[in-house]
Amino acid sequence: MTETNGAPDGSGQEPSRRDFIYIAAGGMAALGGGLVAWPFIDQMSPAADTLALGSTRVDISAVQVGSEITVMHRGAPLFVRRRTAEAITAARSVELSELPDPEARNENLPDGTPGTDENRVLRDEYLIVKGNCTHLGCVPLGLDENTGDYEGWYCPCHGSHYDTSARIRRGPAPENLPVPDYIFENDTTVKIGISGEEAAASGWAVS
Amino acid sequence: MSGPSTYNPKPGLMTWLDDRLPIIRLGYDSFVDYPTPRNLNYWWAFGGILTVFLMIQIITGITLAMHYIPHEDMAFNSIQRIVRDVPNGWLLQSMHANGASFFFIAVYIHMFRGLYYGSYKAPREILWILGVVIYLLMMATGFMGYVLPWGQMSYWGAMVITNLVGAIPFVGEAIREWLWGGFTVGQATLNRFFSLHYLLPFIIAAVVGLHIWALHVPGNGNPVGISVKTKKDTLPFHPYYTVKDGFAILLYLMIFCFFVFFMPNALGHADNFIEANALSTPSHIVPEWYYLPFYAILRAITFDIGPIDAKLGGVLAMFGAIAILFVLPWLDTSKVRSMRFRPLTRWFFIFFVVGALGLGYCGANNPDDIVFGGIKFLWLAQFLTFYYFAYFLLILPILGIVEKPKPRPASIEESVLGTSKA
Amino acid sequence: MKITRIFTAALAALGLSGAAIAAESNGHEVEKHDWIFNGPFGTFIDGDNNERNSVQRGFQIYQEICASCHSLNQLSFRNLGEAGGPFASEEFANPNDNPVVMQVAANWAYQARDVDTDTGEAIERTPRVSDRFPWIFENAYQARGTLGALPPDLSLIVKARSGGADYIRAFLLGYTDHAPEGVTVGPGQYYNEAYPGNIVAMAPQLFEDRVEYADGTAATPEQMADDIVTFLAWAGDPHMEARKQLGVMVLLFLLLFSVLVYLAYRQIWENVEH
Repeated sequence: MTETNGAPDGSGQEPSRRDFIYIAAGGMAALGGGLVAWPFIDQMSPAADTLALGSTRVDISAVQVGSEITVMHRGAPLFVRRRTAEAITAARSVELSELPDPEARNENLPDGTPGTDENRVLRDEYLIVKGNCTHLGCVPLGLDENTGDYEGWYCPCHGSHYDTSARIRRGPAPENLPVPDYIFENDTTVKIGISGEEAAASGWAVS
Repeated sequence: MSGPSTYNPKPGLMTWLDDRLPIIRLGYDSFVDYPTPRNLNYWWAFGGILTVFLMIQIITGITLAMHYIPHEDMAFNSIQRIVRDVPNGWLLQSMHANGASFFFIAVYIHMFRGLYYGSYKAPREILWILGVVIYLLMMATGFMGYVLPWGQMSYWGAMVITNLVGAIPFVGEAIREWLWGGFTVGQATLNRFFSLHYLLPFIIAAVVGLHIWALHVPGNGNPVGISVKTKKDTLPFHPYYTVKDGFAILLYLMIFCFFVFFMPNALGHADNFIEANALSTPSHIVPEWYYLPFYAILRAITFDIGPIDAKLGGVLAMFGAIAILFVLPWLDTSKVRSMRFRPLTRWFFIFFVVGALGLGYCGANNPDDIVFGGIKFLWLAQFLTFYYFAYFLLILPILGIVEKPKPRPASIEESVLGTSKA
Repeated sequence: MKITRIFTAALAALGLSGAAIAAESNGHEVEKHDWIFNGPFGTFIDGDNNERNSVQRGFQIYQEICASCHSLNQLSFRNLGEAGGPFASEEFANPNDNPVVMQVAANWAYQARDVDTDTGEAIERTPRVSDRFPWIFENAYQARGTLGALPPDLSLIVKARSGGADYIRAFLLGYTDHAPEGVTVGPGQYYNEAYPGNIVAMAPQLFEDRVEYADGTAATPEQMADDIVTFLAWAGDPHMEARKQLGVMVLLFLLLFSVLVYLAYRQIWENVEH
């Protein structure tokens, strides 16, 4: 804190103890103001009950090979697609260098994990991803309407094409559709939104 | 205000009041005896029109809020209840929805008027900046208001716009979640938008107060752009401009009422009569018409610029298009205010207006569709975006230096009367 | 004042582009129909004694055909007898007393869902005039499960489709027996010329004499389409007549007012050069 002259008499003396007290008092006012403002800003963050709406169980017994369902999780859509063998092969034959976003975007795995298809699924057949386009949040169209140029999903809002591993391939979307944290509770039930303990026993691992 | 006060209270109560709270003096000096240039044309009436529309929006808004329910399961139906069952609710709703559009039409004309007649130049820079602040607040208010009916366009418009925040590096996603109050647009978002939509108009009203204050210090500009010099240049605001503005306000209200009563939904979207559905995005998301030019600028940036990816670039361009207005007073290097005397700039201005409308047209259409002759809307939007920025960053600074303005009259009086050619 | 003309043109363009967007967004050309409710003076009245015959016939179609799938969530039976409604009557200003409306409610094909206040059990009972129109399905899940697709609610359907009444009419009459070459129409799907995408899950409904009109009108598909769309237009905008009536008064008032203000303006500025 360089100082001009804080003394009220304006006599141009050296910074004195009086100046220090004035500056410190002003600093306390600013700090106090900031501390008081914080609760009013922070109240807008997701509330406890919103955060608690964490898990969704999805029955996947009726999902046939080559079909998909859309479920709601935390108020937003989530795609569960049971892929055909060709779709899996197609997803695995892509080189990382061909991907606009080479990261896995998998909440079960550390940031920076390479975006291979193996790093985006727990069981090869079942691809489970969040259903909002990473560009501006629209819901991409899937098997029922339009799978785009890479047989995955197509976002009608601004023309993003996703592949059979829901990775962005062309269009304005910056990232792959993210994989939520989930485990298979058994062969017919997927639990989306899991605790740390469950995560440890989930079988997720970087390949 | 300009000049000493001419208010002369009657002895007794009025003098007693004036000694304690000179509020009548303030009103008298500001809106009765306020010296106004005698040569203002009808483009100057839009300030008054905007004041009327701010009041219409606040009054209809407060009454609608008495019936509206900001809940994701009830908002859509509560609007239907207002329109169907609340006495005169259909009228309040139609006035409020169309009022927003007419508010924006008036503000755009007001701004173009300012651009043409150089109303932003010294000594009116602060006046202009306050106006841009009002415009920004209006855009925020209009955006949040459009979310409240909780139709498909409301929901997906909110989704697209809030997702723009995610483009900010590092903190974008945290801010987005904070804005939403959840993991997507939902109940928390709707409720806080309602709260802020109710609040912001009063902040607008306060800034309008500052705007008028800043206007009354240097006084009005005028079509010839020559400062007021003598009393002969001016007329008292009342009755000359109260009656002239009043006439303009009535004409504008007639157009407004035609929409309110005979085509109440012409400026809206059919999709907004479908309740919000988080699982299905409408095939063609478009914002309200008054944001279309900026939406076109957002979508025009389809390429990365150095380290800035296309998404962030679009967001920056969109906000930059408004931010540039803040520094406009220092970009225009010409000392001549009115474009009446700037033969070259005038043509660039006309093309600027056409370009702004063209951007709006691009914003309403799919970027990959064809305008004509094989030209995509995207390319047109990119060209017009370039022109938009070039107008402020190249044309105005350069033309101010190279252009030779036409001879100007010595005073307002001379321009009006054509006399005293001394 | 050239600049004045340019500004005026710009203003007009602004206003028009909004309207143009509304009409364009569907992308399908739809035949314009001459509705009785079109224009600033259009109403739903088409009878000699202020009856609303077309809306009444349209209601009959909703009741006999559409209601077996589609809900009408925003409307109650009472709306039928309120001012501007199909069975509005000067004799019965309160729709609760309107015998036609009472009869419609009492004879409605589906029961109203309620709760027994003694036992707390869910029950079904005869609808009352103040009830919303009961829907055949318990909820949207049941509807989708039963029909394979969710039939949209019809309360706002005319407002919720670009093209409005013209589009709904074109849709209802837009079914063709055979899809064009190369278009596959799956089981439970139908080809419709007016529908965006052309493949729709709703079967054609309007066949010659599908209903027997109470007033003896010949039930051709065109007649039925006109009537149901007129009814749905009313259902989406029940205060249309009051709105237009008030609009004419307000505009006349403003016109007179502005003429007077203009004269005052001329008088005040009479001797002022400007």
